[in-house]
Amino acid sequence: MSQEVKSIAETEEEIVEEFSLFDSWDEKYEYIIDMGKKLKPLDDVFKKDENKIKGCQSTVWMVSELQGDKVIYKAESDAVIVKGLVSMLIRVLSNHTPQEIIEAKLDFVDRIGMKQHLAQTRSNGLLSMVKQMKLDATVYLAQLSTKN
Amino acid sequence: MIETLEHTTFDVKEIRQQFPVLNRLVKGKPLVYFDNAATAQKPKVVIDALTEYYEKYNANIHRGIHSLAEEATAAYEATRDTVQQFINAQHREEIIFTRGVTESINLVAYTYGRTNLKSGDEIIISGMEHHSNIVPWQLIAEMTGAKLRVIPVDDNGELIMEEYYKLLSEKTKIVSIVHASNSLGTINPVKEIIDSAHKAGAVVLVDGAQSTVHLDIDVQELDCDFFAISSHKVYGPTGIGVLYGKKHLLEAMPPFMGGGEMIKDVSFEKTTWNDLPYKFEAGTPNIADTVALKAAIDFINSIGKIAARKHEDALLQYATEQLETVDAVRLIGRAKHKVSVASFVVEGVHPQDLGILLDNQGVAVRTGHHCTQPLMNRLGIPGTTRASFAMYNTKEEINVMIAALNKAIRLLK
Ligand SMILES: Cc1ncc(COP(=O)(O)O)c(C=O)c1O
Repeated sequence: MSQEVKSIAETEEEIVEEFSLFDSWDEKYEYIIDMGKKLKPLDDVFKKDENKIKGCQSTVWMVSELQGDKVIYKAESDAVIVKGLVSMLIRVLSNHTPQEIIEAKLDFVDRIGMKQHLAQTRSNGLLSMVKQMKLDATVYLAQLSTKN
Repeated sequence: MIETLEHTTFDVKEIRQQFPVLNRLVKGKPLVYFDNAATAQKPKVVIDALTEYYEKYNANIHRGIHSLAEEATAAYEATRDTVQQFINAQHREEIIFTRGVTESINLVAYTYGRTNLKSGDEIIISGMEHHSNIVPWQLIAEMTGAKLRVIPVDDNGELIMEEYYKLLSEKTKIVSIVHASNSLGTINPVKEIIDSAHKAGAVVLVDGAQSTVHLDIDVQELDCDFFAISSHKVYGPTGIGVLYGKKHLLEAMPPFMGGGEMIKDVSFEKTTWNDLPYKFEAGTPNIADTVALKAAIDFINSIGKIAARKHEDALLQYATEQLETVDAVRLIGRAKHKVSVASFVVEGVHPQDLGILLDNQGVAVRTGHHCTQPLMNRLGIPGTTRASFAMYNTKEEINVMIAALNKAIRLLK
């Protein structure tokens, strides 16, 4: 099962291309909402406080685990637009090595015009989620290096 | 008198022209600003007053003897007179400038509250208070051993007055109550609350953050002991507000902050306080914004609060009717008397998603708990979407919001 995995940069590029098909903001949001609706719900057992990334208005729950040398993320939110953005972040970052994740620039968010959602003012937990994803990767990197 | 200004000439088009920001586009669409309960937009006269102050007579006040200082002092003190008339206070020195309602409430809590409360005493607030009328009292209760009691709210978003009367006792020392709810619009029967509190021997603070822009305020008629105002909600600048307090209470209260301006004589052995209102205005005050607050009040007076209120009430009624036609919308807050706040939830839709999609269509509303978490808990909802109207809003804008709302719900459901 040596399925070819796209690099983080390649997936980012792919998303940017998908969004370039849309002329209007409405279509972009429609697409994000659709992704949000399709995101596999997180098992209720994971929806506990320690996995909660609280924003001012919406909540994100996120868990991660190390499978081999790759980090797998799962997450959900109570707000569907955030969920769509969360789903893109997972698509980009999940199943990569901690080092790759730490180095990821994630400028696709800016390039598809959704940077405002990572801004402080939105305080929807998305920015905290990115931080948490990177923090988890850092912890796994340390674990891997002590093993080797 | 404001009444004489109740004109048939209320012209919303003309009023809109005085607010420069209303000309801008958001996401390529004309701005529809319905977040007035958070802060109101500023008319040109207010913006001009700020610029003029900095361009022509910026100086520190009350001290210098040069011309600029004299002009700045005169302008600053003229605002005090204007505020005094605006709320019909008996004495000009009953008007204390603060940073806003939050600071006004903290001032009372930390001076009057701290010196007058003792263990076993009670402070009454309500279940619909803004966090700024909860947290200062919790802090003071902690310090003094006093207890916080809460008037419950019913399903319509009105205070349950029978419960208030039951809470009142000789233990009650302070009642601090919001005049109009920022989350629901409910106008509370403050006159009744004040009269019965006085009979029980308590003083009353009224949080006028939301009411001052919509209702005629007469502090003597209300007979409230303290009244708090934020300038930015009455078309004035941010960073300035008012605490009205009855003179004899203010005189007996210790100072809030120490520094320049608030003293008479300073020595290391004994410092004496300045007279009112300066005792409570330590340091160089926010001169520019104070000066511009006068322009805001003059502006309101030139339109007439009654005329503006009539227009805003019509908007609220129209918005309420229109919202009721939208599938899955549930209005939150059905009090008999309301200021122009329409709060609602859409079943199955997160308020934040709604807020984002409305913003995307140029419509600025507020979503969330509106700094009234206990009220949201009481109503069993995490938050609402809130459209709040000002004198410059129109029915056409409400139509835009309703269309945007329908579209958003279609996308989200
Ligand atoms: C009812 C109420 N009280 C108090 C405040 C606090 O006012 P400020 O933030 O201007 O101090 C607000 C502002 O949102 C309010 O709506």
